[in-house]
Amino acid sequence: MQRRWKAKNGAPSPDAPPLVVAAKEKNALVISALDRKATALGLSVGQPLANARAMLPVLKAVTANEPADVKLLGRIADWCERFTPFVSPDPPRGLLLDVTGATHLFGGEQAMLDRLRAGLAAQGFAVRGALAGTVLAARALARFRDGTVVPPGEEENAIEKLPIDALNLDPVTTHAFRRAGLKTIGQAAGRKRSELNARFGARLVYMIDAALARAESPISPRRPLPDYRAERNFAEPVATEELIRSTLTSLAASLGDVLEKRGEGARLLEAEFYRADGQVRRIAVETGSPIRDPKIVGRLFREKLDALIDPLDPGFGFDLIRLCATRAERAEMADADFDADLNAKREIRFLIDRLAARFGSQRILAFQPNDTHIPECAFAAVPAQYAEQTKIEWQKIRRAKEAPRRPLRLLEKPEPMSLLRAVPGSKAAHMCWRSAQRTLTHSEGPERIAMEWWRYQESPPARDYHRIEDTDGRRFWIFRDTVTSQWRVHGACA
Amino acid sequence: MPASPETIAQLRAKLSKATLNGPEKHARIPLGFVEADRALHGGLVRGALHEVFSVAGHEATATGFVAGLAARVANGKPVLWIRQDFAGIEFGEIAATGLLELGIDPSKFLILRVANAEEALRAASDAMTCTALGAVAIEVVGEHKVLDLKASRRLTLGAAETNVSAFLLRFNAAPDASSAETRWQIRAGRSNPDDDNWGMPRFDAELLRNRRGRTGHWVMEWNCDEAIFCQPADRGAVVSAPLHRPVAAAMESEERRAFA
Repeated sequence: MQRRWKAKNGAPSPDAPPLVVAAKEKNALVISALDRKATALGLSVGQPLANARAMLPVLKAVTANEPADVKLLGRIADWCERFTPFVSPDPPRGLLLDVTGATHLFGGEQAMLDRLRAGLAAQGFAVRGALAGTVLAARALARFRDGTVVPPGEEENAIEKLPIDALNLDPVTTHAFRRAGLKTIGQAAGRKRSELNARFGARLVYMIDAALARAESPISPRRPLPDYRAERNFAEPVATEELIRSTLTSLAASLGDVLEKRGEGARLLEAEFYRADGQVRRIAVETGSPIRDPKIVGRLFREKLDALIDPLDPGFGFDLIRLCATRAERAEMADADFDADLNAKREIRFLIDRLAARFGSQRILAFQPNDTHIPECAFAAVPAQYAEQTKIEWQKIRRAKEAPRRPLRLLEKPEPMSLLRAVPGSKAAHMCWRSAQRTLTHSEGPERIAMEWWRYQESPPARDYHRIEDTDGRRFWIFRDTVTSQWRVHGACA
Repeated sequence: MPASPETIAQLRAKLSKATLNGPEKHARIPLGFVEADRALHGGLVRGALHEVFSVAGHEATATGFVAGLAARVANGKPVLWIRQDFAGIEFGEIAATGLLELGIDPSKFLILRVANAEEALRAASDAMTCTALGAVAIEVVGEHKVLDLKASRRLTLGAAETNVSAFLLRFNAAPDASSAETRWQIRAGRSNPDDDNWGMPRFDAELLRNRRGRTGHWVMEWNCDEAIFCQPADRGAVVSAPLHRPVAAAMESEERRAFA
C-alpha cells in the first residue's frame, strides 16, 4: 500500500495547479512526493524543487512534515488492525500486513484486498496494494502492479518482469544493475549466485531469495499480539452507550469462556473501538490478579470509561468493537464460595482493580517493608496491584512500653527549620518552622542515621535525629545534617 | 411494694437495651478508655460514620487517633485510607514505619491518593460496598461544598448496609451539619514534664457529638503494645480549657475532676 497524498478538502478540482511535497535534503529542497498531475508533467521524486519550479512556474509546493506523516501512517496502521493484528509500518509510506489465516474472514484474498483498498480510498487516500507470499514480492507488486493477488508459489513469475527498482535497493546498487544491463528482477535472479555475491554482497542475494520465497522475511508486528481476543462487527455503526456496554459484556463473556477452557485469566485487557471514519481508540484495564468473570470485566471497563478525561467519542458510530486479553496468565480459580477468607481476599483484589481502573494503578498503594534503616526508604508504598509478599519482615524500632520512635506522617522532603536556645547552655529551646515559633518542652537525641555508602557514588551526610515535643504537645521528628548543621523537620508523630 | 436497688438496675439495663441497642444491629467496639466507652455505651459503633476534626497544627495527632480507631474497629480486616493529595504535601504522607511503631500492622493498610474531595467521596462510596474491608478513612483538607449533609447521609447508609465503618478526617475545617454517629475534635495531649518515657501518642479528645449518648472531653493515651486506648499513665494529664465554650459549661460536665 502506498499513500500518495491525502486530499485535504475533498477531491482536488481539475484545474488546480500540480502539487508537490518538498523536503530538505543536503541543504536543498527536493521533491519527496507529488500528485498525478505533476507526474504527468514530467516531474519526479528526488528532483530539486528549484529545478521543478523552473519547469513549471505554477507549481504548488508544500513543505514535508515527517513527524505528521509518521503519525498518519500510525493511524492508518491502527485502522488496518481490524483485518489482522500483524501490522507493521514500512516507512516512509507503506504498511505491511500479515494476513495469514485471516483472509477467509473477509471472503478470500481478492475480496480482502479490495475491501482494504476501498476502505482507505473512502478515507481520502490514494492506495496501491498487492497480496503475495513474501513481504518483498508484495511490496514490489504494490508499487508496480497495483491490485495483484499472487497465488501461492507464483511469486517468481509475478515479479520477474518488474524493474530492479522494485526491490527498493539503495540508488547506487540499482544504478550498478542498470549499468550491468540487468533491468528486471528476473534477469538479476537468473545470474549465478556467486557472481551476485561477489559483486553486490550477501545482503542482495538474501533480498532476492526473500522476494522469491526462498528465504524467510518475517513481519514484526507493531504491538505485542494479544493472547486472546473476541470481536464483534456491526453492519450499522453503534453509538449508544448501552449498546457499547452490553457489547463489551458479551465480548467479555465469550473471552471468559475461552480463558476458562485454557485455565487462564487476563491480567491486561484492551478494548479497541474502531470508528466508521477510521479512528481507533484503545482503552486498557490492568488487574492485580488474573480475571475472567465477565461481570468483573464489564465493571472495570465501566469504571475506566466513566473516568476518562477525554471521553470515548463514537462520532458516527463504531463498526467494530474488539476485546483483547493482551496478557493472560495461568489462574487457579477453584470455586471457593465456602472459604470466607479466600472470598474476602478476592473482594479486596476486585476493589483494588476497580479503584485502579478509575484513578490509575499508581494511586492505590500498599505498604511493603524495605531492608534499610534510612527513614524515608524503610518502607515503600507500591501500587497495590503489583504488591507481593516479601521476605523482609517489618522491624519495630521501639522497645516494649516505649514511645514511638518514628513519625506517623513523614514529609516528602524534609523542611528547613531553625533552632534557638533560649539561654545559652539551657535546655529550653525554640524551633522556628513554617514561620511559626514553638517552645520545646521535651527533646531526645541524637539518633545518628548514616546514609548507606554502598548505595551512593558520593554518600549524603549522616543525620542526627531528635524527637521533640512543644508546649502544645505536638511531637516532631527533626534532624541536623552533620555537615551543614542545618536543622530540618522530617515528620510529625501522633 | 418498694423496689430493691437491684431490680431497678436490672430494669434500667433492660430499658437501655430496648431503646438504645434494640434496633441497632451493629456491634460496639470498646476503645479501651473506660470513661469514653461509658459515654459511647460500650464503644464505637461499627458500620457508621464517625467524624474527626483536627485542631489546626495537630494533624499528625488526629491522623494517629483515626488510625487507632480504624485499627480497633477493623479488627484485622484491611483499612482503606483515602487521602487528598494536598494533605500529603502539606502534612506529610502516612508512614508505614509510623503505623508500625503505633502497633498497627501497615500491611493491612491500603492508601488511595485522590485529587479532591469529590473523588474521595466517590471512591469511599464505592469502597463501602466491599464487605471485606474493615474501615474506610477519608482524609480531606479544607471546607468543601460536596461534604454536605447529603454526602454524610450517603456514607452513613453505605456503612450501615455493609457494616464497614467510615471515618471522615477533616483538616482546616469547621464542623457542619452531618449525620455522623460521633464527632471528635482532636489536639495533641502534652506529655508529663518529668516523665522519662515521654512522647506516648496522647490525644486531647473532645467528643463534640454523640447521637446516642452524652459528650465528653478526655485525655487518652494510645497503648502501642496492645493497640488500645487507655488512661494516661500519669494522673497529671490536664485537659486544656476549650476556647469556644465558656469554662463554666465545661466545668459542669463530668470532667470537672480533670480541672481540679
